Amino acid sequence: MELFNLTIHELHGMLNKGETTSEAITESVLGRIKAVDGKVRSYITVTEEVARTQAKQADQAGKSGKAPSPVTGIPVAIKDNMCTEGVKTTCASRILGNFIPPYNATVVENLNKAGYVMPGKANMDEFAMGSSTENSGYFVTRNPWDLERIPGGSSGGSAAAVAAGECIAALGSDTGGSIRQPAACCGVVGLKPTYGRVSRFGLVAFASSLDQIGPITKDVTDAAIIMNLIGGHDPKDSTSADLAMPDFTSSLKKDVKGMTIGIPREYFIDGMDPEVDRSVRDAVKTLEGLGAKVVDVTLPHTGYAVATYYILATSEASSNLARYDGVKYGFRAEGAKDLLDMYMKSRSQGFGPEVKRRIMLGTYALSAGYYDAFYKKGQQVRTLIKRDFDEAFKSVDVIATPTAPTAAFKIGEKSEDPLQMYLSDIFTISVNLAGIPGISIPCGFTKSNLPIGLQLLGKHFDEAAIFRAAFAYEQATDHHKKRPKL
Amino acid sequence: MKYEAVIGLEVHAQLQTNTKIFCGCETAFGEEANTRTCPVCIGMPGVLPVLNRKAIEYIIKTGLATNCRINAYSRFARKNYFYPDLPKGYQISQYELPVCEHGFVEIVVDGAVKRIGLTRIHLEEDAGKNLHTSESGASLVDLNRAGTPLMEIVSEPDIRTPDEAAEYLKKVRSILRYIEVSDADMEKGNFRCDINVSLRPVGAKEFGTRAEVKNVNSFKFVQKALEYEIKRQAQVLDEGGKVIQETRLFDSNKGVTFSMRSKEEAHDYRYFPEPDLVPVATAEEVIENIRKTIPELPDAKRERFVREHGLPEYDADMLTQSRAMAAYFEETVKLAGQPKVVSNWMMGELWRLLNADNKEIENSPVKPERLAGMIRLIDAGTISTKIAKTVFDEMYKSGKDAETVVKEQGLTQVSDTGAIEQIISDVVKANPGQHADYKAGKEKLFGFFVGQVMKASKGKANPEMVNELLKKKLSE
Repeated sequence: MELFNLTIHELHGMLNKGETTSEAITESVLGRIKAVDGKVRSYITVTEEVARTQAKQADQAGKSGKAPSPVTGIPVAIKDNMCTEGVKTTCASRILGNFIPPYNATVVENLNKAGYVMPGKANMDEFAMGSSTENSGYFVTRNPWDLERIPGGSSGGSAAAVAAGECIAALGSDTGGSIRQPAACCGVVGLKPTYGRVSRFGLVAFASSLDQIGPITKDVTDAAIIMNLIGGHDPKDSTSADLAMPDFTSSLKKDVKGMTIGIPREYFIDGMDPEVDRSVRDAVKTLEGLGAKVVDVTLPHTGYAVATYYILATSEASSNLARYDGVKYGFRAEGAKDLLDMYMKSRSQGFGPEVKRRIMLGTYALSAGYYDAFYKKGQQVRTLIKRDFDEAFKSVDVIATPTAPTAAFKIGEKSEDPLQMYLSDIFTISVNLAGIPGISIPCGFTKSNLPIGLQLLGKHFDEAAIFRAAFAYEQATDHHKKRPKL
Repeated sequence: MKYEAVIGLEVHAQLQTNTKIFCGCETAFGEEANTRTCPVCIGMPGVLPVLNRKAIEYIIKTGLATNCRINAYSRFARKNYFYPDLPKGYQISQYELPVCEHGFVEIVVDGAVKRIGLTRIHLEEDAGKNLHTSESGASLVDLNRAGTPLMEIVSEPDIRTPDEAAEYLKKVRSILRYIEVSDADMEKGNFRCDINVSLRPVGAKEFGTRAEVKNVNSFKFVQKALEYEIKRQAQVLDEGGKVIQETRLFDSNKGVTFSMRSKEEAHDYRYFPEPDLVPVATAEEVIENIRKTIPELPDAKRERFVREHGLPEYDADMLTQSRAMAAYFEETVKLAGQPKVVSNWMMGELWRLLNADNKEIENSPVKPERLAGMIRLIDAGTISTKIAKTVFDEMYKSGKDAETVVKEQGLTQVSDTGAIEQIISDVVKANPGQHADYKAGKEKLFGFFVGQVMKASKGKANPEMVNELLKKKLSE
């Protein structure tokens, strides 16, 4: 087995036993990037030099007897919307094409302290707006399982890199499904933590009340390992929760005895791919076989989630993206006549079409005379959606749904129809609106060998429950062991 | 027609915190451009605001000092607009649920107390500054000021005249300085004012259409801008026209206001709750602890000065405009008694000299114990009140105490009967014509003789003795 195909915990074990070095792992990953990234195109920036320096440091620290963290010396890719000091952070946007942050995101700082290795900055939909990575301002990332297909999005680069062995694990961000949906498309594990569990400091904001950073990994254990390192209170983020963090690896047990799993009828809809439907139902049966009690639940306001999301997320985005004005950093258009012209030209040329569409939508929704009908109403419906989950979680520990209605679609298939594209996130969006944690794990493959994702949802700050269910399922199945042929 | 003005004021006061409202940068001024900045206050991607607790403490203190209700929950909102000095493209301010609501301050109008309601006091961040250089034609941005904490104090439309407006502003400034939350210095730009003014026929209940005059930066200009606006609107109405709802600016050189933008051109700020900050919860206990830090406020002090020291209202009002002034007064009275005499010296000689030097009373070269010492010399008859003015001037200039000045300059009052009689005798001898006229009934000439005697004694002769002895001598 090539080193790049292994997991964090496998490599950590080998490092501990002296069977390999961080340099060897890093070279394996960098070599893999050289070999396949021309096809997959996961990375906007490959940081070879940074990675080699960090690998050397990790090996030296090991020699000097310093106790390694579980990710010491392990290459973890960073989505390009997380600030990395001295390393270009573009958000896959032309408008930040030349932006080099003078600071690290808190998650990056935490991984730095843990001695990780950064192989590069992963491609994404521009400003995390999209479900296919086709909205990247630079290029489209391809699904390692089928290069004609999308890897999902917006964390498509992170998910594809993990699936293709171009890193050992990755960080993604999830505003409406942007970790879970690409994880499902690429056959890897992706966790969106509870809102407030992971610091957003240094994450370039799309929709501040929905954004969360989380791990994309090859298995559930790795996701728990990363969560232990990136989670917890951050004084730099007022919305990060000041709560004790459990050791998530200790919640990885092989059974789900005594757990109740709810199946929301609203998530098994007409128009869902029958193969997805079957795989998810089979997965639920597997969990039942492992000792879980399965019951029906209802989430009656599910039908309003997409509309609510596209009002609230775009409203926040229209304000969050106002700072890209050509004045201080980033792209400034040439030849402006005056200030207004500079704003208009810089923003028209710097942002891509989907970003502009969402800025316009959000600006409209917040406008005088429309605020009550859109933004305020959206907030009210958001409360109802959250209450749906609160109600359901009174009787269940975990809710199981498909992650996405279909497996990965073809590149270009939905890019002309934004509404169709928005429906890719129909099963993931409510989770962000409610602020609860959700994980996507591989639960099978279509006949054409495309991965299918099972989504498990938990109560606020109860990532432990979904880790436990996910781990038990994973141990009982082999889907997570499959790797795409490239 | 006779009109009544309806005036409301919005005051922006900078809080004197050491650091900015949402980051750790210091709130220093006059520093080199962009040296008091960090990724947070220059709006870099991905950074987040963290609320300065001191700013919350200060605004609560202000709310308590102005009889406001302190909301148990308040929240921040984003005010969205584009301008180069606004690095995020939005200002973090408050919209629904400000920290303080429903307060009032009292002003004295024509000897009567009038209450001016406060609608709300909220927190927000200041913007930076655009600098337009003529040489290169380029505009530059200095973000040192960006993120400085501001309080916006919004009054009810309870003010009726430009004088009331000035009194209101003085009272607000005085309170802010008493509770030490703001320098409230208009010249430094840390106390700015927006004016809302409309007219209605005297006796009418309905408000007229208002105009807003933005960013007026001195008390005098506020009065001038209001006087002009009232005249302008009255003229528009008298001519059968309508006042347009608009934003105007005040040209202090010409003393006129002019239109900046109409209501149609007004910004739509698209306010919405700031998702990067959690609501501010303020416990009753916190409020009570802050309440304990509030000193005696100007109104209470003024009343006490009248009651305890027997000062006239006017003196009490003037002496309580600043805490330092009031403290100076009370300290001097403690040492020398005679509150009215102390008040006269402070409001006369001391203010004249301080004003000429543009000095605050805290930096007065004459400290309370020195002023008290001088007053004691007057009491003892060592110097006359007239000579005391010379002595005070010298004390102010040299920083010496009264006794030293009197000794060094030989200013001790002459109260020796023989010496005064000798001077009088010389003066009468030297002016025989006037003496004859006086005796013939021209009693007005008495003043002439007093003047001559004082002059001859270089002002040191005891005036009472001069009067007495002169009268005797002239009638001989």
